[in-house]
Amino acid sequence: MIGKYRILLPVLSLAVLLAAVFYLQPRAMSYFGLNLLFNLAVPIALATIAQMMIIMVNDIDLSIGTFVSFVACVTATFVNETPLLGAAILLASIMVYAAMGALIHARQLPAIVVTLGMSFVWAGLAVLLLPSPGGASPGWIRTLMTVKPPFVPMAVVACVLIAGFTHILIMRSATGTLLRAVGGNTQAVVRAGWSVIKLKAGAYALAGFFGVLSGMCLVGLTTSADANIALRYTLLSIAGVILGGGEFVGGKVSPVGAVIGALTLSLAGSFLSFMRLSPDWQIGAQGAILILVLAVRLIFARNGSRWKEAKNG
Amino acid sequence: MNTKAKLLAAVALVSVTLPGFAVADTADKRIALSNNYAGNSWRQAMLTSWEKVGGEAVESGAVAAADAFTTSENQATEQAAQIQNMILQGYDAIVLNAASPTALNGAVKEACDAGIIVVSFDGIVTEPCAWRIAVDFKEMGRQQVEYLSTRLPDGGNLLEIRGLAGVFVDDEIHAGIEQGAQEFSNFKIVGSVHGDWAQDVAQKAVAGILPSLPEIVGVVTQGGDGYGAAQAIKAAGRDVPIIVMGNRQDEMKWWAESRDANGYETLSLSIAPGVGTLAFWVAQQVLDGADVPKDLTVPFLKVTQDTLDATLAATPEGSVANVEYSLDDAKAVISAAN
Repeated sequence: MIGKYRILLPVLSLAVLLAAVFYLQPRAMSYFGLNLLFNLAVPIALATIAQMMIIMVNDIDLSIGTFVSFVACVTATFVNETPLLGAAILLASIMVYAAMGALIHARQLPAIVVTLGMSFVWAGLAVLLLPSPGGASPGWIRTLMTVKPPFVPMAVVACVLIAGFTHILIMRSATGTLLRAVGGNTQAVVRAGWSVIKLKAGAYALAGFFGVLSGMCLVGLTTSADANIALRYTLLSIAGVILGGGEFVGGKVSPVGAVIGALTLSLAGSFLSFMRLSPDWQIGAQGAILILVLAVRLIFARNGSRWKEAKNG
Repeated sequence: MNTKAKLLAAVALVSVTLPGFAVADTADKRIALSNNYAGNSWRQAMLTSWEKVGGEAVESGAVAAADAFTTSENQATEQAAQIQNMILQGYDAIVLNAASPTALNGAVKEACDAGIIVVSFDGIVTEPCAWRIAVDFKEMGRQQVEYLSTRLPDGGNLLEIRGLAGVFVDDEIHAGIEQGAQEFSNFKIVGSVHGDWAQDVAQKAVAGILPSLPEIVGVVTQGGDGYGAAQAIKAAGRDVPIIVMGNRQDEMKWWAESRDANGYETLSLSIAPGVGTLAFWVAQQVLDGADVPKDLTVPFLKVTQDTLDATLAATPEGSVANVEYSLDDAKAVISAAN
C-alpha cells in the first residue's frame, strides 16, 4: 500500500457499502436521502481529521470525543448568547490543545496518558456548562447546516470541501510536509534545523481547530447540546483514520481517506440498521466490517511488497 | 401516446381516491420504535410488551408494521442517525424513547418536516412538533404520603429512601414527597437515605441510619428499594412499618408473604414498562386523524391489597409488574387530556 494506491481501498469499501445501502433502501438514492444518510457524518469527518492530525505526529488523542462534547456545550450556550466570549473560549481551548502538544514533546510524555487525563477535564467542564441537556444552536450555524445547495446535498458538499481543504493543507503545502515528517522521522527534522516542539504544538492546534469545527457542526445539526453528546467520536475517529488508509506510526496519513473512512463508518451503521440486525449484534458487526477492511488492506500490502521483492530480486 | 395518456389518467384517478381511504384507516401505516437502551429488566419488559401488542396490531390489520429498533451504545448521536434512517425507510410514525431530551431535536424536526408523526415517551424530547407522554414523578411521590394519611390519620415519623443522587427522576419524586409531607402536616420525614433503586444498596443504607431514628410509622420509596428496607428493619428487630412498594416482583412477593403471616397491608405504585404500547396506540390515533394534545401523562400502575395476588402471579421472577395498554386505554388518556 504505497503512495497513490493508499486511497483506493477506502474508496472501494465506501462504494461497496453505498451500493448495498442503495440496494436495501432505494429511497436513499436521492438528494434528500443522501443528506439524511450523511449529514451526521460531517461532524464525525471533522473529528476524524482532528484525530488524523495527532496520529500524523505519532500520537493518539483519547480526548477528542469529550472535547467535541465540550465545544458543543460552549456553542449551545456562550456562542449563542455572547458570541465574542464564546469565540474567546473556543480560541482558548485551541491554545490548550497546542500547549498539550508542546508539553507532550517537551517532557516526552506518552500522549495516550495526557489525552486520557484531558478527556476528564473536558468532560467535567462540559457538565459544569450544561448540567442538564439544553442550550440552543446559534441561528447562523443552524442555517449553515440545513442549507440546501442545488443538485448536491449539503452533507456531500461539506465532505468534499473538508477533504479538499485538508488535502491541500497536509499533502501539498510545505507546512504539511514538515508536519508529516515529524511523524516519519523526527531526528531528520531536528537535524534540518526545525523546531519540533513548535511543529507538534501546531499539529495539536490544528486538531483542536478541527475539533471545534466538529462540535459546532454537531450543534447545528442537533439544535442543542448535551454534556455526553459526542463520547463515541473518540473511537469512531481513530477507526476512521485507520480505515481511511492511515497508519499509527510514520506520519502516513491520508486526509481524503480519513473523510471517506468517517463516511464509511457512519454508513456501516445505517447499513446494519436497514438489514434489521438485532442491536445485540450491531457493535460486533460494525467491528467485523472494520476488521474485514483492515484484513483486505493487509493482504494488499503483503502482495504489494512480495511483488516489489520479485521485481527487485 | 394513447396508452400513456390512459395510464396517466388511471394513476391520477387512483391518487385522487386513495387519500380519502388513507385518512379513515391506518391499515397501510408503518410505525417504528426508536429505543436508546435495553440493558435492564424494565427496558426488556418494555420491548417484550411492544413486540406483543405491535405484533397483534399488525395481525389484526390495525397497522402494517410495528418494528422495534434499539441503539447499541445508548448515545444521542447514534439515535439521531437511527431516526434519520427511519425517515429513509419511510415509516409513517416513530415512537421514541430518547437518549437525551434535547440532543435529538434536530433529527426529530427532520422527521416532522418529512411528514412523520413522532411520539416520545418515558425519555421525552423537547422539540415542539413531537408528542410527549410524560411521567408525573412528582405526583408519584405525593400520592405515597396521601396513601399513608388514609392509613394513619394521626400521622407520625417517616423514613424516605431516595434513588440515584443527581438524577432528574430522584429530584422529582423527592419534591413530590416533600409536597405531600407539607400537605399532610402531621407526617414528618425524620431520615433520608439514597437506595439507588437497588435492594442491596437500600438495605445497607437503611441498616446504617436505623439506630439513629425514633420510631417510624412509614417508609416512602422510589421503587426497587422496598424489599431491602423491609429486610434491614426486620434485622434490627423493629416492627415493620408501612413500606410503600414499587411494583418489583421481589417486593410484591415479600408483601404477599407478610400478608399471609400477619395481615400486612400497603400500596405499590410505579410506571408500567407497557407505557411503550400506550405510545404506540397514541401514534396510531394521531395517524388516524384524531385530535391529540401534544402533552399527555402516563397513568401509574398501582397494585393494591386486592390486586396483589393476580399481579404477582403475572409478573416473572426478577421483573416488574406490567400492563399492556389497549386502543381504548389510549383513547381514555387522550380524552382525559383534551
